[in-house]
Amino acid sequence: MSDRPAVHSPYAEAAQQRDADLLGMYVFLVTEVMLFGGFLSAVSMVRVLHPQEASSAAQHLNLWLGSMNTAVLLTSSLAMALSVQVSREGKRRPTIIGLCLTAALGLVFLVIKGVEYYQEYREGLMPLSDGIKPLSKPGEQLFFNFYLVGTGLHALHLTIGIVLVAGLVWGVFRSRVQLPHRAVTVEIVGLYWHLVDVVWVFIYPIFYLAR
Amino acid sequence: MTARTRTLVLVWIVLMVLLGLTLGASFLPLGAFKPVVNIAIGLAKATLIFWFFMHLREVSGLIRLVAFAGAVGIVIMLALISSDYLTRP
Repeated sequence: MSDRPAVHSPYAEAAQQRDADLLGMYVFLVTEVMLFGGFLSAVSMVRVLHPQEASSAAQHLNLWLGSMNTAVLLTSSLAMALSVQVSREGKRRPTIIGLCLTAALGLVFLVIKGVEYYQEYREGLMPLSDGIKPLSKPGEQLFFNFYLVGTGLHALHLTIGIVLVAGLVWGVFRSRVQLPHRAVTVEIVGLYWHLVDVVWVFIYPIFYLAR
Repeated sequence: MTARTRTLVLVWIVLMVLLGLTLGASFLPLGAFKPVVNIAIGLAKATLIFWFFMHLREVSGLIRLVAFAGAVGIVIMLALISSDYLTRP
């Protein structure tokens, strides 16, 4: 990327090229919005159809770990936004530090999520858990399965985000992503990271706060 | 600390306050309004993230329109689903 000129065909100027890059990313993000939006709408209808059972199943979720994870992810978004800010100013080292912090907070999120899944497995809430089954009603099991698929799909997206950020750190470190004129690369990875955060912002009330 | 950095940190503080509010509201006896309050706070948080962290406040109208189209799609979907499930006797 270092040998690439700041503006390449078919764009006339850097601002136009940046707009096209961001627009392309936003079109992709809208497809992600529709993916998670459709899923979370279905969960909302499960809550409408089985209010008691959704509430009793949600009481088995760990509200405190879920809330802590929301705080971790919001903070990682701040680290990402600050990284974008310093990358535009062409500061390599602060960009690398900010991106590493972002990825580290993403990993903290996944570890906390893993602890939660393990606790739920031990309590017999998971579909493959053996022993006592606290969720006996069909509506409760449906709600919990939706929770598993929703948080699992989110965790997959976050894992992809961590890989992207790690690759970006490598690119900035090896000067393959030249700052500040390729700061748009950092912005685009940032857009993905923030969208994964926005998805969690809705997962949190729809599942954890359904008690 | 530049003005832009200060704005980003301020947005983060507001996001954390909103998280505290939504967590607190989930313990209040709000009944049927509880999900409404929680989703409204979620919408407020998402708006802040889109507007400040995702640069919507500084990009062209076309990109804003694309981002807004996602929200419109969800609203249409929810309206159609609700017209079925919420109106059955």
